[in-house]
Amino acid sequence: MSETIVKLPDPSTARIPRDNFITRENGLLSWLLTGDHKRIAVLYLISITFFFFIGGALAGLIRLELLTPQSDLMATDTYNKVFTMHGIIMIFFFLVPSVPATLGNFFIPMMIGAKDLALPKVNLLSWYLYMAGGILAIVTMATGGVDTGWTFTTPLSTHYVNTKVLTTGLAVFIAGFSSILTGLNFIVTIHKMRAPGMTWFRLPLFIWAHYAASILMVLATPVVAIAIVLVALERTIGIGVFDPTKGGDPLLFQHLFWFYSHPAVYIMILPGMGVISEVISTFSRKRVFGYTAVAFSSVAIAVFGFFVWAHHMFIMGISNYAVLVFSLLTMLVAVPSAIKIFNWTFTLYKGSITFETPMLYAFGFMGLFTIGGMTGVFLGSSGTDIHLTETYFIVAHFHFVMVGGMLMAFLAGIHFWWPKITGRMYPEKLSQLAAVVTFIGFNFTFFPQFILGTLGMPRRIASYPPEFQVLNVFSTAGATILGVGYLLPVIYLIWSLKYGAIAGNNPWQATGLEWQTQSPPLTENFVVPPVMDHEAYDYEWLERQQQAEKQTEESHGG
Amino acid sequence: MSFSNDHAHHIVGPKVYVAILLALLVGTALTVWASFVDLGFWNPIIALAIATSKATLVVLFFMGVKYSSKLTKLTVFAGLFTFLVLVSMTLTDYFSRAWGSW
Amino acid sequence: MVDKIANASEGAHEEHPTYLRHHFNSVEQQADASNFAMWLFLLTEVMFFGGLFTAYLIYRNWYYPAFVAGSHQLNVAWGTTNTVVLIFSSFTMAMGVWCAETRRRRGLVLSLTLTFLLGLVFLGIKTVEYREKIEMHHVPGFHYSLQSFLDPESNPEVYREYHDKPLALDMARRTELYFSLYFLMTGMHALHMMIGIGILVFMIFRARGGAYTTGHVTFVENFGLYWHFVDIVWIYLFALLYLISRH
Repeated sequence: MSETIVKLPDPSTARIPRDNFITRENGLLSWLLTGDHKRIAVLYLISITFFFFIGGALAGLIRLELLTPQSDLMATDTYNKVFTMHGIIMIFFFLVPSVPATLGNFFIPMMIGAKDLALPKVNLLSWYLYMAGGILAIVTMATGGVDTGWTFTTPLSTHYVNTKVLTTGLAVFIAGFSSILTGLNFIVTIHKMRAPGMTWFRLPLFIWAHYAASILMVLATPVVAIAIVLVALERTIGIGVFDPTKGGDPLLFQHLFWFYSHPAVYIMILPGMGVISEVISTFSRKRVFGYTAVAFSSVAIAVFGFFVWAHHMFIMGISNYAVLVFSLLTMLVAVPSAIKIFNWTFTLYKGSITFETPMLYAFGFMGLFTIGGMTGVFLGSSGTDIHLTETYFIVAHFHFVMVGGMLMAFLAGIHFWWPKITGRMYPEKLSQLAAVVTFIGFNFTFFPQFILGTLGMPRRIASYPPEFQVLNVFSTAGATILGVGYLLPVIYLIWSLKYGAIAGNNPWQATGLEWQTQSPPLTENFVVPPVMDHEAYDYEWLERQQQAEKQTEESHGG
Repeated sequence: MSFSNDHAHHIVGPKVYVAILLALLVGTALTVWASFVDLGFWNPIIALAIATSKATLVVLFFMGVKYSSKLTKLTVFAGLFTFLVLVSMTLTDYFSRAWGSW
Repeated sequence: MVDKIANASEGAHEEHPTYLRHHFNSVEQQADASNFAMWLFLLTEVMFFGGLFTAYLIYRNWYYPAFVAGSHQLNVAWGTTNTVVLIFSSFTMAMGVWCAETRRRRGLVLSLTLTFLLGLVFLGIKTVEYREKIEMHHVPGFHYSLQSFLDPESNPEVYREYHDKPLALDMARRTELYFSLYFLMTGMHALHMMIGIGILVFMIFRARGGAYTTGHVTFVENFGLYWHFVDIVWIYLFALLYLISRH
């Protein structure tokens, strides 16, 4: 564990470069009206962290309530609102934008050798839409909230609740536009702004992952938008599209909703997988095994992801034939994800592995995402799903993939690219501790929930049979540890902004184009537009570069 | 360096546009006439076929896709494909409900 | 080496037009990227309307007699006229793009103005149609009346054309779904028309000043794509809403 690939510049002479994207312009307006993708990424990072902690506080309330079998901490109606807002904030205002809007915005142009994204003003608009939707969601929560569950199932949401469905729906609609614009920007950028020599198969896998996720953002999000519009009209005018008394079908809403929300889970996880590819390669000093397979599997996940949405509706009243078709297709969609896990594992084999913090998070990802993914296959099989759906098994499944998977990948990425974004390193021992604490806390929180689900505890309830209490107490205890694990990075990352060691251009000896420039980068990213002349993850090329640099240094010194 | 090997920018001229306009007007007349004739279950099929032909003409010529890059054509196809997946797979549920349980 | 490249980019700086944004390397790259971006935006519109078309197809299948009866309440002459109006407006828009590409400033202004006027005509006719529906109490949620469907002879104009049989009560109720979808889909379409017309006004003013006939045509081209898309949506709406079995 004492072995490390980190190479920092000599602390006595190291300086943050005086001209960088942070210092280039001063003043609040230069940030609020910026077109620089890196500044927009930082704006997103701050706001996403804010929404994450609100969603996390709501999770804390849930776990507190579930310490005891009775609904004694809050009224059941309030509990319904708490888990609904937890889901809405975490999904739409944290998970969906997490990696793409922060790391994607910052690094996609740099990785392809461009000066900015194709549409910088659209990028800024995207952030403002995100903020508008997010603030509307928070205000709605403070003034009464919604209690339908984040899934807005009809006819509950259209006819039977008098909570703030309309404004929450509007907040989600606005956030959806933000997501669409981000995805659109990425697709145009990746197609049209690659540097000379940057062919498709020389792109970092981070780019492939974001490309696939962006396709989903553009094609799937509008469908949930129209679903929300229909719910709003149903609630206000009573158009009847989801109302059985007028001949409508409530299931139609679910078809339209899940047509987006299933691809949405791939929108959430694919960018995280992109991060994992970069981290695993860097910390095993090896190119990713089966580059083409990983690249194509990203696109395959996106395409297949469109064919399986009704596996969220097995018990809702769709026909048995539809259940059969969607169950079969769901088995298919697991394959490309599994291919990635296999390829990352083979990348590790015979690699020179070191255990810096990003790698610890990546290992956590691989184990926890595998468990979450496999339990997804159990749920995709309709026979087992009939028993496990709407229980804590589902809750455990999606938290394993989203928190054990995606959130760990996000943290891996933040730690991996922090030195590039800020020019500073965070304290390594403390960050490794936080990663381990997070992993332990996560398992204590969510593993018992698989058992609870199998035993029959339903989800979305504040009171439960007393025999489930022990496991719930375990889960809440784990949540407390998990909370500590998430707070630590906020503290030491902010600390590092002033006191962290200067990182230099390439502390991890990584191969991407973004590591060949200064940290923090210039506003225009590159002094000279780069020309790509080597394959992705080419560590031999990197070594030759470093030899050449060493020789120039020596010749200057001598 | 830009890699836009798209258009040697083909400019579609007025002659083509007039031809397409006339074709679209003929199609409109045809589809209205067909709706007044009892063709049984063929009516909706013919209506959709004519509408699709008109849409295709607009896409290919007014929107210039016929002379556009492969990427543009692929993009149009991707949109159509996703739309068809939404419609057809949702309809698999609705149509098969009438078949009862197995 | 570094100096040479820096100087080269300075020299190039004098050549490139003011509308070239600095993160692009060339005008072609910029035009290409913005064109592609517009196509991607149109994809989102396809999926947005797609949800409505899905709902329509399902309920038409379930409640066919109600949809037939509802469709008979629409005036096919107005609908056909509107279809012809939009087709002509697509033609004038395409001509506008050609004028921009061949630097015909007056031709461009004329084409855009005609497109704008045809768009207004379309909305005018839609207003007439909507007003008629309001008068007949065929607006869901606002004193919706089943009378035309329970007693078709009470509506002599339509009865003369189609001799509809009275619907059973529950099927008559389903006509409200038909009109919900009618207003939703044509309303959403009309909203897109209004946005387009607004942008046309902006473009006419800019075109008069020569903005699009000096080589920078992407705005007109991309708007043209949007306008044609809105036309295509109408082509399908006309066929699906107006032409369900008029025999």
